[in-house]
Amino acid sequence: MLVMNNITKVFRTETVETHALKQFSLTVNEGDFVAVTGPSGSGKTTFLNIAGLLESFDDGEYTLDGRSVKNLNDKQLSQLRNEKIGFIFQSFNLIPDLNLFDNVDVPLRYRKLSKAERKERIEHSLDVVGLANRMRHLPSQLSGGQQQRVAIARALAGNPLFLLADEPTGNLDSKMADSVMSLLEEINQSGTTIVMVTHDLSQAERAHRHIQVLDGQVTEQKRGAPELATVNA
Amino acid sequence: MWLYYTRLAWLSLKRHPLLSLLMSGAIALGIGAAMTTITINYLMSADPIPEKSDRLFYVQLDNWSPNEPYDEPNEPPDQLTYTDATALKAQAPAQLQTALAQSGGVIEPQGLGKEPFLARLRLTHNDFFTMFNAPFLYGQGWSDSADETGDRSIVLSKSANEEIFAGENSVGRTVRLEGKEFRVVGVLDEWVLKPRFYDVTTGAFNEMEDAYLPFKLKETMELPNSGNTNCWKMPEGEGFKSFLTSECVNFQFWVQLDSAQEKQEYMSFLNAYVEEQKKLGRFPRPLNNRLTDVMGWMEHENVVDDDAEVMMYLSLMFLAVCLLNTIGLLLTKFSFKTGEIALRRAVGATRMQLYQQQLVETVFIGVAGGIGGLILAALGLLGIEYLYGDQVKDLASLNLPLLGIGILLAIISSVLAGAYPTWRTCRIPPASQLKSE
Repeated sequence: MLVMNNITKVFRTETVETHALKQFSLTVNEGDFVAVTGPSGSGKTTFLNIAGLLESFDDGEYTLDGRSVKNLNDKQLSQLRNEKIGFIFQSFNLIPDLNLFDNVDVPLRYRKLSKAERKERIEHSLDVVGLANRMRHLPSQLSGGQQQRVAIARALAGNPLFLLADEPTGNLDSKMADSVMSLLEEINQSGTTIVMVTHDLSQAERAHRHIQVLDGQVTEQKRGAPELATVNA
Repeated sequence: MWLYYTRLAWLSLKRHPLLSLLMSGAIALGIGAAMTTITINYLMSADPIPEKSDRLFYVQLDNWSPNEPYDEPNEPPDQLTYTDATALKAQAPAQLQTALAQSGGVIEPQGLGKEPFLARLRLTHNDFFTMFNAPFLYGQGWSDSADETGDRSIVLSKSANEEIFAGENSVGRTVRLEGKEFRVVGVLDEWVLKPRFYDVTTGAFNEMEDAYLPFKLKETMELPNSGNTNCWKMPEGEGFKSFLTSECVNFQFWVQLDSAQEKQEYMSFLNAYVEEQKKLGRFPRPLNNRLTDVMGWMEHENVVDDDAEVMMYLSLMFLAVCLLNTIGLLLTKFSFKTGEIALRRAVGATRMQLYQQQLVETVFIGVAGGIGGLILAALGLLGIEYLYGDQVKDLASLNLPLLGIGILLAIISSVLAGAYPTWRTCRIPPASQLKSE
């Protein structure tokens, strides 16, 4: 589903070259829940950005859902992002002027969906995250945990193949973080693949696979909780 | 999708009302200044009779001094002598032709409480009304015989008829002008030519005349000269008659020629006429006759004032400065939106879609600026009318095409101003913005 082979990414300034990813290889299968950890500057966010087609890479091969992404143009990459990937960010990235309904509507606007179909998907997504009764509220009227749930609903509305989550609980207190993690587990159990970057090892342990990244390379891969692994098997 | 962009643009403008106001204000100022001067220039240079401006020709004959041209490098005089104006009309090789002269006289309205007034008079031939599409409210122009005999017939303007006869149908009634009785044969409807192209020598934007009289009356009533009179040698003798037979120019002459062949034939006629006159000792200069159509004549006479053109270019430069300010403000405004744009990129918007979204917002700003600019332009034109009075009356007003031009100019300006900020914003790598948000 997501296959990276020997991906290299170098950030260059006039005087410095930083090798963010070196011969980075990883395969994520359908239904996986993969946690990616590592110290700051290890390359985990760069990996996530490349996986999410938000950043290009210098060398290697990346295949997403059987399609090499290397030579795709802006329109093709945008379409792939829109149809295959859902993003969850640490700071939620909700648009403050739009109510919950319209925030969840954002990715759907870039698809040729009818108004009725968009409405159905939005309502269903907000229902999944438990906010169907607040869809006309503005993000500022919600708590941090609720805002992250809206962001998850936005990611789910497009029916993506997998979710990419960058520190999804980083801005939340432990109770809210636990609630969001439980929601992600539920989503994964219903069949959606999740790749999550996190600093929090306890949350990483809740994933099926735990990957550690150091100096731009995968250093260790561990299986997660047995019952979840069984679900994936 | 465009409706969605429109809604987003509206929300974005509401999010930063002060910035939005400043941007629209900057465009409004530029558009206001530009539209004020463009309006004046546009109306000054507009075709006053588009249906036939290419078939009406102004006649020039070079009767000037053998030692120097009337104007450098070799321009013939811009008017004719009385001798030539009457001779051309008498020989009449074209279907329609008319001589013109400006004059003035006192009209004494009959009736209690009505004051005599000094009327602007136009001496002409009856072809004048047909050639220049003068609209009649009542009656018509005078007869051919009135042209020949100098019958005291008169055509009144609508305003003069209102002044003298309270707007009633006055055809057949008499008007007292310069102590003599005139029979009203026609009353014109509202008729304003801007520019008043048929006589630009006395001011292309002067008011229309109060009354029109047969040209022959110039001679028989010895009506005074008005406008510019130029002579390269003194009249031989004294008195009105010697002026009429002199080489002084004070008369205009127009002819309608409906085809290139008619024009060629008329030019041959003019050349033959001048050759004949040369045999009589007149026209000492080489043949230099001209036939110039309406637009050519207005250009020749610099109807659009040079100062007005300079002002227009200055105001367009001011618009450019306003746009530069708008670019700066848009850069600021869009810098607040990088997070949203990065998010939209992440969830599947192409650069083109985001560009279109921002474009709609800049068009919004442009339309608001355009409306504001037109209000300012209307105020500016009122100010010009207040300063210059009747001279620019009817020139200093916005019509429908000008309103359209104003809005279009504002939209083009805002899109141009928005091009760079939009392009720059849409090129920002989304990953960095999403992480930093």
